[in-house]
Amino acid sequence: MTLAELTKQAGEWLRGIGPMHDVVISSRVRLARNLAGTPFLARCNAQQQRELEDKLRSEILSADIAKGLFYVDIEKASKLDRKLLVERHLISRQQSQAQHPRGVAVSGDETVAIMVNEEDHLRIQVLRSGLQLTEAIKDIDKIDDYLENRLDFAFHSKYGYLTACPTNAGTGLRLSVMLHLPALKMTGEIEKAFRAARDMRLAIRGLYGEGTEATGDFFQISNQTTLGKSEEDLVNEFCNLIVPQFIDYERHAREGLMENRAVSVEDKISRAVAILRNAKLVSSEETMYLLSLVRLGVNLGQIEDIDIKTVNELFLMTQPAHLQKILDKEMAPEQRSEARAEFIRKAISAN
Amino acid sequence: MKYKCDKCNKPATIHLTEIVDGQKFEKHLCEDCASTEGITIKANVPISQLLEDFVLQSAAGKDITDLTCEVCGMTFSEFREKGLLGCPYDYDAFEPALAGLLERAQEGATQHVGKVPHRVGSDQKKQNSLLRLRAQLKAAINSEDYERAAILRDQIKEFENS
Repeated sequence: MTLAELTKQAGEWLRGIGPMHDVVISSRVRLARNLAGTPFLARCNAQQQRELEDKLRSEILSADIAKGLFYVDIEKASKLDRKLLVERHLISRQQSQAQHPRGVAVSGDETVAIMVNEEDHLRIQVLRSGLQLTEAIKDIDKIDDYLENRLDFAFHSKYGYLTACPTNAGTGLRLSVMLHLPALKMTGEIEKAFRAARDMRLAIRGLYGEGTEATGDFFQISNQTTLGKSEEDLVNEFCNLIVPQFIDYERHAREGLMENRAVSVEDKISRAVAILRNAKLVSSEETMYLLSLVRLGVNLGQIEDIDIKTVNELFLMTQPAHLQKILDKEMAPEQRSEARAEFIRKAISAN
Repeated sequence: MKYKCDKCNKPATIHLTEIVDGQKFEKHLCEDCASTEGITIKANVPISQLLEDFVLQSAAGKDITDLTCEVCGMTFSEFREKGLLGCPYDYDAFEPALAGLLERAQEGATQHVGKVPHRVGSDQKKQNSLLRLRAQLKAAINSEDYERAAILRDQIKEFENS
């Protein structure tokens, strides 16, 4: 598998239509792990970082973790490839921009990604479509077991798995769900939902995680507490309590909109489709905004000739690095806007 | 009826009723003021701020910033600056300061209850000896004492394979 091949389609987590997909786009779990008896990454000198990367890469690749696992040396990767990996949620921005030896192992279907030498020695993630945290946690637990057979992880009887930042210590587990909340945004109720989330000690972020603002209609909510709760407790809390509440809020808001402002909402959605089918230039911000409305339109049953999979894929394929990789040429923003508009026109007229 | 924050006039989102000496007091605060008053902790507080608050509040602030990890050489004040620890042993070296910080960051929890690695039995000691050896190796290389570095390297290998 190569990066160019990846761009032919979206990863399983985005292509697949998981449970609750009208609101929940994807579920992500990640574990932070560090080798015992080794300084945390930022405290390692250049040679130690190199040795770590070497060792971790070879152990991961020989551990038989997932089908079609391949490794990308991020230090050697081009800027475009690094951006592509960020757009696909396979590495963090931090991992993309760092300067030291580092990499990522990715499974063929992209549900598994293991970052080497990020803030912690290992950041293991499993991504799945829709609300599938229970399945994702099973997968990641198995991967962790495989790796644990080969590597000694830093562990403390009181503080659990030890991490470079103490806010991750304990389970080292971060659960995140990506939510599409256009109706809450339109009705202005989103602030209320966020307040509730903060009371539950959840972090709210934008589409690309840490350090990105929650703008547009897509939000990622994650746990902040990693100590004093078991992995199972954390997942149950998310699946039974937290996420269903957000789904309820959003579905209610959608119903409310259709009762009180149906024409105005339908107008917005129809205009979005019309623009995407006809525009000659479209920026990635505008694309996000319009596709969000189209996604809402499909989920409300108002748009019947575009399917959700196409919409989901377009979110990814219209990002700057993806467009350039798919068309195999570097483009300035203006050229990209033109290429993007054309790409979208083709994709949604073929439907 | 909508209340304004008692302190700054922003809309209040936190409402408290306190009874002091049999008298009832109502308090209405916005999230920011409630957080400065220490009534709630904002969920999105970055670690750096949590650290700052903690050290400021701690009466023993001075002693705490002097803590140093004998294994990786990091001091607590360096950790405060960077927000990242130097090595696993820091959790023990900085425990007097970290314990309270963790408690605040982790909803009051102080004990891990989740997964435990199968091989955990062997090892706190081994982990810490390895850390020490690695620190010595680093020092040997820095002072260009390659003979000693070679010996240490062998010791580390042996240790890892034991």
